[in-house]
Amino acid sequence: MNLDVNTSTSNVSLTSRMLRRGPLEAIATTIIAAGVVMLMQPFFLTLYSWSFAVTLFGTVMFTIVSKVRE
Amino acid sequence: MNDLSTSSQITYQAVPIRPGTIRRIRGLSDQALAWLFITPTIVLLLAINIFPLVWTIYLSFTNYRANRANAPTIWLGADWYQSILTDPDIWAAMQVTAHFVVWTVLIETVLGFGLAFLIDKKFRGHGLWTTIILLPMMLSPAVVGNFWTFLYQPQIGLFNYVVAFFTGREASSFQMLGDVTLSPWAIVIVDAWMWTPYVMLICLAGLRSIPDYIYEAAEVDRASNWRQFWSITLPMALPFIMLAVLFRGIENFKMFDMVNLLTGGGPGSTTEVASITLKRAAFESWRTGYSSAFAIILFVTVFGLANIYVKALNRVKSR
Repeated sequence: MNLDVNTSTSNVSLTSRMLRRGPLEAIATTIIAAGVVMLMQPFFLTLYSWSFAVTLFGTVMFTIVSKVRE
Repeated sequence: MNDLSTSSQITYQAVPIRPGTIRRIRGLSDQALAWLFITPTIVLLLAINIFPLVWTIYLSFTNYRANRANAPTIWLGADWYQSILTDPDIWAAMQVTAHFVVWTVLIETVLGFGLAFLIDKKFRGHGLWTTIILLPMMLSPAVVGNFWTFLYQPQIGLFNYVVAFFTGREASSFQMLGDVTLSPWAIVIVDAWMWTPYVMLICLAGLRSIPDYIYEAAEVDRASNWRQFWSITLPMALPFIMLAVLFRGIENFKMFDMVNLLTGGGPGSTTEVASITLKRAAFESWRTGYSSAFAIILFVTVFGLANIYVKALNRVKSR
């Protein structure tokens, strides 16, 4: 019983810790940067093909999470 | 004089303007008044920013050609996007853009920070030197492009003579703008010459924002100049450097005017950056739908980078 309660509490705190603007913005920023790198890298055409989708996803995510509470 | 002031006072007291009188007369609330003032701006913004963007997004899914505006428009879905994102020529243009962005940003950041570090020392005549260093930034890109075209002339250009003086090569033996290997570097040199002062300004603002007492405390702790640079100067100026890097990165990703004036994308396609490819598709091949899709891809990339830029700017502001 105690174990269940502790697990639940830690889950809630982890969720509340993750669903804050700072970490989410950092994730979105990383995705955008990855998309830009994929767009301009000279090594794999497949990465170039997926770059737009990745950048778009990161940009939409950034726009949404910038409205999340601090 | 006394009579006059007395009479004006009497007049003022006789007709007092109570708060809200004008509002009641016109029948406008504060919110309505605010909307009245802001509406022209919103209309202008919608007309020149939002509508073209929405229209471009629509066109990017069609076969529309601006030179055949009356031809029937066919919905193509994401065909243009698929075509662009699997085209090795566009990929090559992106790599040319990457070469240009990476080298210009790197050179401008290193030189800009170095110059800012020197100017921050406040030596004799540093104000005059700051003004001289800032001059290239104040020129129009069209002017810069034209006079660097003359400087790069193999027969009469000053640049070739300076290189010949230091290397011993014949001045007319190489063409900065006509050589496949040299032309990308020719553009990098011009952009670095023009925009290093801008990076210097931002870095200088960062260096001037570091309080003196931190250096005084470091002196007390007998920290060497080298140690002070790595532990105080660089970390505290880093957000400003990041800001400069992002801003120059975004600007150079969109670079068109300078490249168009200096090489026009040539020789061959060695300096054909993404914006030149876009211009050729839009206004030489008249593939409006295709170029709209390409423009949207570039726009999303720049918008994404701008988000990172704004985040970095907020971090600098919070300091």
